[in-house]
This record gives sequence, structure tokens and C-alpha cells, in this order.
Amino acid sequence: MSEPLVQVRDLDISATTDAGRRIEIINGVSFHIAEGEIVALIGESGSGKTTIALALMGYTRPGCEISGGSVLLKGRDMAKLGKSQAAKMRGNVVAYIPQSAAAAFNPSKTIMDQVVEVSQIHRLMSDEEARKKAVELFHALALPEPDTIGDRYPHQVSGGQIQRLSAAMALIGNPDLAIFDEPTTALDVTTQVEVLRAFKSVMHRRGMSGVYVSHDLAVVAQIADRIVVLKDGAVQEIGTADKILRAPDHPYTRELVAAFNPAHYQGQPSESDTKTAPVLDVRNVVAGYGAMGADGRPAFVALDDVSLRLEPGQNLGIIGESGCGKSTLARTIAGLLPWSSGAVEFQGAPLEPDLRKRSREELRRLQIVFQLADTALNPRKSVGAILGRPLAFYHRMHGGAREQRVDELLDMVRLPRPLKYRLPGELSGGQKQRVNLARALAAEPDLILCDEITSALDTVVAAAVLDLLKELQRELSLSYLFISHNLATVQAICDDVVVMYRGEKMEQIEAAKMAENATHPYSKLLVSSVPQLDTGWLDALEQDAELVRAFSER
Amino acid sequence: MRGGLLSSARWGIHFNWVGIGASVVILFWAVVALFAPLLTPHPVGQIVDFDYFGPMSADYWLGTDYLGRDMLSRIMVGARYTVGIALAGVFLACFTGVMLGMTAAVVGGVFDTVLSRFLDAFNSIPSLLFGLVVVAAVGSSIPVLVITLGLIYAPGSYRFARALAVNTNTMDFVTVARARGEGILYLVREEIFPNIIGPVLADFGLRFVWIVLLLSGLSFLGIGVQPPNADWGALVRENLGGLPFAAPAVIFPSVAIASLTISVNMLIDNLPQRVRDRGE
Repeated sequence: MSEPLVQVRDLDISATTDAGRRIEIINGVSFHIAEGEIVALIGESGSGKTTIALALMGYTRPGCEISGGSVLLKGRDMAKLGKSQAAKMRGNVVAYIPQSAAAAFNPSKTIMDQVVEVSQIHRLMSDEEARKKAVELFHALALPEPDTIGDRYPHQVSGGQIQRLSAAMALIGNPDLAIFDEPTTALDVTTQVEVLRAFKSVMHRRGMSGVYVSHDLAVVAQIADRIVVLKDGAVQEIGTADKILRAPDHPYTRELVAAFNPAHYQGQPSESDTKTAPVLDVRNVVAGYGAMGADGRPAFVALDDVSLRLEPGQNLGIIGESGCGKSTLARTIAGLLPWSSGAVEFQGAPLEPDLRKRSREELRRLQIVFQLADTALNPRKSVGAILGRPLAFYHRMHGGAREQRVDELLDMVRLPRPLKYRLPGELSGGQKQRVNLARALAAEPDLILCDEITSALDTVVAAAVLDLLKELQRELSLSYLFISHNLATVQAICDDVVVMYRGEKMEQIEAAKMAENATHPYSKLLVSSVPQLDTGWLDALEQDAELVRAFSER
Repeated sequence: MRGGLLSSARWGIHFNWVGIGASVVILFWAVVALFAPLLTPHPVGQIVDFDYFGPMSADYWLGTDYLGRDMLSRIMVGARYTVGIALAGVFLACFTGVMLGMTAAVVGGVFDTVLSRFLDAFNSIPSLLFGLVVVAAVGSSIPVLVITLGLIYAPGSYRFARALAVNTNTMDFVTVARARGEGILYLVREEIFPNIIGPVLADFGLRFVWIVLLLSGLSFLGIGVQPPNADWGALVRENLGGLPFAAPAVIFPSVAIASLTISVNMLIDNLPQRVRDRGE
């Protein structure tokens, strides 16, 4: 057996906090990468996956240092190389593709100038050759107009394209090892498929080794040969992709696999005999931004003639890619962005477009929960004060009664009561999202608009939040309007799903039977683009090229 | 970045040496200003020395001024005027500026546009010139000085607070409060203000320094604090004649102005920072 390309042995990385205390963030991590092999590092946020990936280049973030072990790359210990020596290795031996490619490009230089920069720094080839090679890479990465795309500036290409261009930038120096740091996390599913395909074919054709950092098991399954499961800076399990997916040994891995595909929502026993008005009835709503035109439509239309109904006790999912208007829909219903034409009825009564004209009682019954709990909670207020405000505002509760209700709310979202003395910054992501939810529950609403509330959470935590939502619904007879870009999440909680594309409603389908019942071509494309927990999924996936071109335009 | 006297987990803050030194100087001037009548070695208005522009001596630590009055006593009492007027002025400036700035950011629309343009126009008048005109028109007294200084520095404070508040205003927690139906006063007081207080305090300190300098400038021109009272700027002016004799009377008020303004600046740049890691 030949020497592996990369050999990481007992790697320890520690950080010094501002109080001078040292903490171990990576603890005795060992793994290897053979020639031509792609190894995935998977774990939750804070599990140390990016820190390890950076250590492969001999780099640690400010405040961190490699305190033990070795990182052998082609027989050289990256952990002990000096700055200038490490710089010589970077670009032509090891290369890095960041999560946000858009931020990695200089907006004032053309793409080609930046792609060939690596070859100029290391004097690998003449400028002429480098440009030729870059165009070859553009071809290989299936970029549109590969011969001229290099003359454009970074803002003139789409998110999926810039991600592939940053791969071209990394691969031009012919590195032996390429590190992909969550390169598709910020992309829409339909784009992700193309980008993954491009990465996979380029890596295979060149026989390069790679490290693929991700939190998404299904994405990793498509591209990696072996998977390293990380938690709290330590390796939990290492195995081939198939083995991790099919027969995980470690309890944590099992939890991760289980959380990936939550069970489909079973639905409430609906009381269809009682003829009640729908909770929410949205009719032909048009909304947007900018000045109002002569035709009574805003300059930029974000929602075009959208209609939907939400029956009592049911949950409605809204799904679509970024920019399809799904968040705008939530803001419009909540009255934050008044609609310009159309009507919205809430429990049989018409709503005013502008929330300032709505009664306090109407506001109370309709609550909105935002995606990012980090920004949705005032960082200067304690959890108790955050939850207490809606109680005082809507229910005029004060003193002991309010304190008691805050405790009850914390119990409801399964948080320990002493948490109410803490500030949001002192909570974990999942805890913050629960507080965010509890604040909406404090109003005792009938309908909660959930705007991507699980998208920023780790898979396991998101699954727990979804379970909580379902439980609360049973206890409190709520309805949810659940907005997400993640099909599995929507299917886990919704009865019906509305598919949106460019501000228009494509169709409304029963959530459990999306794959079978989707009739609109865009819905079909969307459903088929969701990665499955199956190593052969990407290779077997056949999508109509015409369709992809028509809808992705990227 | 690290290090310093109070840099321990027990205190929960970092405070470096520059910051500590600066706060000692500020504390010193604050104590002097507060207790000046008790501390002065000689009556402030009395001519105690037959010589004028006297040198530093055991009796008169900082020499005597152009009439033979004790300089140390005059600087101590001058601190009251300088620090007192500047503090009142900066409170006035920051209170109006920050309140209007936050309201403009939250209300937005026409209110914001009109107010911003009006204060921009106001801001374009040179501050010393404006002070000269006002004092020439209504005469110099301490309330007039405080109000003039406050007005001159309010637009800057408004600009600063509005810029901060506009950023905070777009945060989701403000949107949530708005969706809840909260009024403008609540949004400004509970959601915006606590989140901009840090930079606003830094701006407060900086503005204090500018006001001290402007007040000293006005006094130097003779339209600030009127004789027989004198703030530090006025002390420099009245003793300017001592410059050819290298009299301490002209140097020490200048040193006092410099030490206070530089210290406040230093303190702002080196405010104590809370230690984020509270350990186990």
C-alpha cells in the first residue's frame, strides 16, 4: 500500500479566549486521504470541520494554534511549516474553495485576471498558457459561454456560476488536494445539482484528492468516497459513504441519518363537518417594492396575483428558491409590506393591508416568526423581558402573573426556567429559536407565519424544533404557514404545499404526494433536485436539460 | 490587545493601562471641579502677589497671573466653568441629537427627509462663526453659552445616532416589535436605544472634547465666560501678555485643556471591555 497523500495524526488545535483561558477545539483527530480519494468532513456548526480543513493548509484562524499532532501532506508537516513555506504550498499543492465564493472574488477585477492569479504568483506557466488552461477548466465545469465568461466581472455571473469559477481558480495550479468548504450550502437545490455534477466530474477526470466539508449528509453522499463524522472537535466515526448511510455504528451518526429524513406529516383529524371560515384566505394579492406605477402596480413586483387558502387546523407550506417571493408573502400577510391589490381574509374577516390600521386583537391572533433567531431577539434584553413584553402588550399581564406565564412558556418550548435571566447571546442556536417561537406563542395566536425557522439550525436541532411545532399544534390548536426552501422540512409539517417561482404561485399539492402529484414542470424539477440519502442518486438523476435551462437560467 | 491592571476574570472586564491613566486624569479634574472652593490655596479673585506673571514658587505653585492672582486657584475654579459648561452643552447636544436621530430612523419617510436636510443645512454653518453671531446678538451668559454649544453640536450627534439607528431598525427584532403593534416611543426606547448606547457614549465623549475646545476658543476670543470669572480658555487669553516672559500663567491653562481633552479621547479609545469568555 502506497503512502497516502494526506495523513493527519492526533491533531490538537487550541484557542485562547479573551480571558486568557485555553480551550481545546480539536481533540486528537486522525484520518488519512489516499491519492484520488474524496473525504468528507461532516458535523454540526461548531464541530470543528472547517478548522480541520484549514489546518490541512497549515492555517489556523486568529487566536487558534495547532498545539499537537501532525498534518502530513505529501510527506511535509503542514503544522510545522513557516508562513512563507506554507504559502509556497498553497495554490499548487493544496487549494481552498470557500463557502461564499462571491466574497472571495474582488469585484473590481475581471474573473479571468483573478483565476490566473495563482499561476502568476507561483510562476507555474506563462500567462498565455494559464488563460488557455482556465478556459479548459471553464469547459470542464460546464460553465455557459466558457470562452468569454472570464472577461466578465464577478457581479455579472450567478451564484452557481461564481461557485464553479472559484473552483476553477483553485484548480488552475493543479493542486494535489482541493478543499471544498460547504461550497453548495448557499445555493438553491436546482443549482446545487449542477454545481455538484461539475465538481464531481472535474475531480474524477483529474484524479485529484479532495476534502469536502459540509453539514448536509445527502450532498456529501453524492461526492465523497469516505465520510468522517465530527462532533465537538473529535472524530465520532469514519467509514465509506455507503457504510455511514446504511449501517452507522455510532449513536450520533444514527441520530444524524435519522434526522435527515423526518417522517411525513400525518395531518390532524380534520373536523370537516363544521363549516368554518378558512383561517387565511389570500386572494389575488399583488405586492412589491418601489414607487407605484400608473397601472397600480409597484415598480418591482415581488408577488404577482397570489391566492391561497389555509383551512383551520391545517398547515400550509410555501416552497421555492431564493428570490421567489416566499418571505415577501409572509411579510405581506403580516402587514409589514402592504399589498397594492387583492384581499386577505383572516378567520372570515378582511384584514387591512397596513398593520398600523389593524386592531391589536387582529395583530395578536396573527404572529410571525423569523428565520434568524440571532437577529430576531434583541441582544440587550433578557429572555424573560423578551417573553414578557407580548404578555404585557396583548394581555395586560404584570408582576407575578407575568412571571408565572413566562415560566409556563419556557416549559412549553422545553427550555429550563432559569434561562429567563440570560441574554440571547448566551443561548445556543436551537435555544434561541425556541425563545423566538415562545414569544409568538405568548400572544396566544391562531396562526403563526414561520419564515424559514429551521433553515439556520443543524439537522438534529431542526428536527427537534419541528417535533416541538407539531406537539404545540396538538395542544394549542394552531395553524402554521410554513415557509421553507427545504422540501423535507415542509413535508414533515404541512398538509399542503404551495410551490412558488418568481413571485407567482405555480401550484398547490398535497405534501405527502409531491413527487407523484406534481404537474407543473417547475415543481417536478424542484422535487427531483432534492438530494437523497443515496450515494448513487446524483449519477442516476436524469433531468430534462430543456427544463433546467428554462427555470434555472444560471 | 490583552494585559492591563484589571484584566482578570474576577472583574469580568479588560481595562488597559492607557484607559486607566486617562480615567485617572479625568477623575482628577472632576474632583477638582467639584471641590474647587474647598481646595483653592488662595481666594480666586484676590491679588496676592505684588509682582505680576510671577514664577512658580512655594507659595504660588503655578505662579501668578497678569494681576498677581494665584494661578493654581484660578485654574481650579476655571475647571468648574470649563467642565460644567461643556458637560451641560454635550448633554443638550446628545440628548436632542440622539432622540431626533432615532425617531427619524424609526419613522422614516418625509419626516426623516425634512429633518435630515434641515439639520444638514444647520450643520453647514461654521461653528465658531455661529457662536460669535449668537453671543454678539444676545450677549454672553452661561445659559446662552450652554444652549449655543448644544445647538452647534446637536446636528452631528443626530447624524451619528440616525446612522446607527437605521442599521438597528432593519434588524428582525425591531420588525417583530413593529408587527406586534408597538408605538414609536417603545421602539425607540426599548429596541433601538439599548443597542446603540455603546457608540453613542463614545460619541458623547468625543463631542465633549470638541465642546471644551470650542468653549475655550470662544473664551479666548473674549465672548465666552466673562471676567472676573474665567474658564481655561479665558485664562489663556488674559495671560497672553505673559508669553514673552515665559510665564507659567499662560502655559498651565493650556496644559489643563490639553490634558482633559486628550484623556477623554484616550479613554474613549480604550474603554473597558467586557470579557466574553466567563470560563467555567
